[in-house]
Amino acid sequence: MNMELSRRAFLRTSGAGLAGTTLGAFGFGEAEAAVAAHVKPFHLANTVEARNTCTYCSVACGIIIFAKGDLRKGEKADIVHIEGDADHPTNRGTLCPKGAALLNIVKSETRLTQPMVRKPGSDKFEPISWDAALDKIARAMKDDRDANFIAKNKDGVTVNRWLTTGFLAASATTNETAFATYKVVRSTGMVAFDNQARV
Amino acid sequence: MTNSWTDIRNTDLVVIMGGNAAEAHPCGFKWVTEAKANRGAKLIVIDPRYNRSASVADYYAPIRQGSDIAFLMGLINWCIQNDKVQWDYTKAFTNASFVVKEGFAYQDGLFTGYDEEKRDYNRDSWDYEIGPDGYAVVDETLQHPRCVWNLLKQHVAVYTPEMVERICGTPKDKFLHIAQMIGECSSPTKTMTSMYALGWTQHSKGSQNIRGMAMLQLILGNIGVRGGGMNALRGHSNIQGLTDIGLMSNLLPGYLNIATDKEVDFATYMSTRGFKPLRPNQMSYWQNYKKFFVSFMKSMYGSAATVENDWAYDYLPKLDVAGYDVLRIFEMMKQGKVNIYFCQGFNPLQAFPNKGKLAEALAKLKLLVIMDPLQTETARFWEDHGIYNKADPASIKTEVIQLPSTCFAEDEGSLVNSGRWLQWHWPGGSPPGEAKHDTWIMAQIHLRLKELYAKEGGAFPDPIVNLNWAYKDPGEPTPEELAREMNGSALVDVFDPNDPSKKILEAGKQLSGFGLYRDDGTTAGGCWIYSGCWTEAGNMMARRDNSDPDETGAYLKWSFAWPANRRILYNRASCDLDGKPWDPSRKLIEWDGAKWSGYDVPDIAPTAKPREVGPFIMNPEGSSRLFVRKMMRDGPFPVHYEPFESPVANAIAPKVRGNPVARVFADDWKQFADIGDPNFPYAGTSYRLTEHFHYWTKNNHVNSVLQPQQFVEISEELAKEKGIVKGGWVRVWSKRGEILAIAVVTKRIKPLKVDGKTVHVVGVPIHWGFVGAARKGFPANVLTPFVGDANIETPEFKAFMVNIEPSTGPVA
Repeated sequence: MNMELSRRAFLRTSGAGLAGTTLGAFGFGEAEAAVAAHVKPFHLANTVEARNTCTYCSVACGIIIFAKGDLRKGEKADIVHIEGDADHPTNRGTLCPKGAALLNIVKSETRLTQPMVRKPGSDKFEPISWDAALDKIARAMKDDRDANFIAKNKDGVTVNRWLTTGFLAASATTNETAFATYKVVRSTGMVAFDNQARV
Repeated sequence: MTNSWTDIRNTDLVVIMGGNAAEAHPCGFKWVTEAKANRGAKLIVIDPRYNRSASVADYYAPIRQGSDIAFLMGLINWCIQNDKVQWDYTKAFTNASFVVKEGFAYQDGLFTGYDEEKRDYNRDSWDYEIGPDGYAVVDETLQHPRCVWNLLKQHVAVYTPEMVERICGTPKDKFLHIAQMIGECSSPTKTMTSMYALGWTQHSKGSQNIRGMAMLQLILGNIGVRGGGMNALRGHSNIQGLTDIGLMSNLLPGYLNIATDKEVDFATYMSTRGFKPLRPNQMSYWQNYKKFFVSFMKSMYGSAATVENDWAYDYLPKLDVAGYDVLRIFEMMKQGKVNIYFCQGFNPLQAFPNKGKLAEALAKLKLLVIMDPLQTETARFWEDHGIYNKADPASIKTEVIQLPSTCFAEDEGSLVNSGRWLQWHWPGGSPPGEAKHDTWIMAQIHLRLKELYAKEGGAFPDPIVNLNWAYKDPGEPTPEELAREMNGSALVDVFDPNDPSKKILEAGKQLSGFGLYRDDGTTAGGCWIYSGCWTEAGNMMARRDNSDPDETGAYLKWSFAWPANRRILYNRASCDLDGKPWDPSRKLIEWDGAKWSGYDVPDIAPTAKPREVGPFIMNPEGSSRLFVRKMMRDGPFPVHYEPFESPVANAIAPKVRGNPVARVFADDWKQFADIGDPNFPYAGTSYRLTEHFHYWTKNNHVNSVLQPQQFVEISEELAKEKGIVKGGWVRVWSKRGEILAIAVVTKRIKPLKVDGKTVHVVGVPIHWGFVGAARKGFPANVLTPFVGDANIETPEFKAFMVNIEPSTGPVA
């Protein structure tokens, strides 16, 4: 059964629980029914859906993000609701107390919205433009790399490493971000390179 | 995971030890509930706390944190003594019959070759005897005194049920009850699954904890079968992916390695990577190493990687130490040897041990760059938050640049779940304010550096200016472009060497799998194990057909699993020696006389004959390893070592402190409490709560309301002894720092009897800090010791010593 094809039509027409269906017999029936019951048709009529994955643990529950506005049409999209994806084989629409509050982390008051700099000795962050921030970073990297790059070790072996700058990568980013990050970081000769798998 | 979340439904027995799936992986844990309800599966939980996984278990036993190896070796010993071994599997599919070199020995907690001064082994004797035919010598009768089986038997003999009780504090009758339940799974038609997480990794011998259980699973015949396996539950949503792609000091994508200084050139590097089979007919799949390496280098450096320059071998850095892991880097930072540090979605001030040391180190940086969707403590380490973060901003000269990045809901791409499924997702909303994708930020940094080097020259610009960056918009590579690049493609037309009229690859086309990778520079591919994820047929990771023929839990048409869309690793081992399923009701694949096929993608060459080719195709032996040769620093068999801070000396090797080869920096030794130190009498451990995820959800109003207040958890007995009341404030301190928290006095923790001594456990949830929507608190890592696992340097967060007393709480 391909639930992706059937789900929208199903919800539009009935909105009833799934307890009597094959899915129900799997044992996730009640959760499934609860999801179906609270998904009101207006979600589908007034919002744009996107399939996504919960950002927390590696169970990787399927989620559906509902937004006002369509990114694919180049519109600004404001997320209004997030719920479990009933078609997903692992979580079958259910979410845990963290996943159920995903909307809140997307909309957290402590989200960062503009580049900031804290100058040496200062007691505050101040705004800085993207260009200025990136220029500063690239300049600092270049200067540090040029000053401290180790081309050969004491035995004359080419080692081409850079030890005075390090990079911690994020384990909640995508593979694609990870690969772009890998290429950029490794190309500099950095070896102080790590991610959350270490902890 | 060797298996998957949805496969847990197929099991007969779940053992949760070193994890707490019900609270930390709730939606995955539902598959345990399914197995219990539909198959009558049983659940065993072994943990210092009677946690929520335990609350629905069929059997629970307490254990002292840091003593898991004694328990696991005790189980192996019990299974051997009571003939609870899947003999056909063990003899054919493990290295039980391999004969180990003369000279190898183990005594008093140490193997041959120990050098106390270097805290390291000479591991030369930890290997097989090689016969005149060039293959490892085996004795299939298992009579040879130096065959792995007899060495194992001897090695585990000390871990009797009485010794397990003495070390672990687990009552002997409880241990025996569990041993009997587990022993039943030695039947070819009964299967057990191991679910573990940070409760096993976060120890100075974490890797050996996991090996201990893997060895047990092998002698029970539970690896490669439905409902079996070693299942690492894993942490962040893409921690598997970041590891696969090799974002670690010593890795290249797909578990290839960065060279060391000893590997002076490419020929030398490859000379130790021949992976010659150790038994006749074995696949030893790593023989293809060069294809994966060269294709990666073509992906990195395009036309600048040539056969003449050894595929740009010198463009990559070499390592003079095992790795520049985070602990080493913070040690170097503290010594003033690091100038710039980037934190991309990472909050090390909270996430690493000994916060005091970390803050001191960060203050020595010239520049700290933060890329994050959220505010973090690390970004504000210089800010004064009173007792929660004492700092004098004026004296801290570190410049901090904080860049706003997007979060999951605003980006597109794939994440790898614990079961190795690469699942594609689509953006649902616009980023807030000026927040940008990490791909854009990384591209902007690269382009600027490249420009500076092109303009000014400087130290070895070649790998930067020649980095293959052929994206449509170099300022922001798309997820599709990057995914296609990782999958791999043909760079030129390739013709069959035996029939030049036959074109086998077409220039510019996506490869259908890593079997097509080549070592002559005609293919490029960024991460060989992901090959097959984006082929000419499109994005396999975006597939959403959730059909599951015969309800095996495989879901082959949902997303893409590495490698080669295989859902259960080592699945050849689900069949007997002749290729028939051990358990017909749990068929996975089968040999039909000519080829392998079934519900899963066979983990063996499709026409490899049973009895000729072994199921563990990545190993040159063709079998799995009970004895791991020289591959781990701390021994070919696991040994019980006490944590570096412990209430008792090591009962089996009293002279050995901690893991004898774990790396400890000089200053950190001084910050460890002595063994049995009366100033730090209680065994501390850290853990997670259902309502929180690390240090993120404290930024979230809902989760902060659910769990607003930092607490520590202690037994009624300890509370009484110390005059601590439920809900009252306590001060908890280690040799590294102190925290203030509310006391939760509970029946979930009981004092343990360890080696005749009463040991109280103090549980410390980790989620608080000085930023966010929750009440301010302290990271658990104020308390934890700065030492990591001997093999991979994961810090020892799970076992340390503290003291506790009633307190009046923080002054507002």
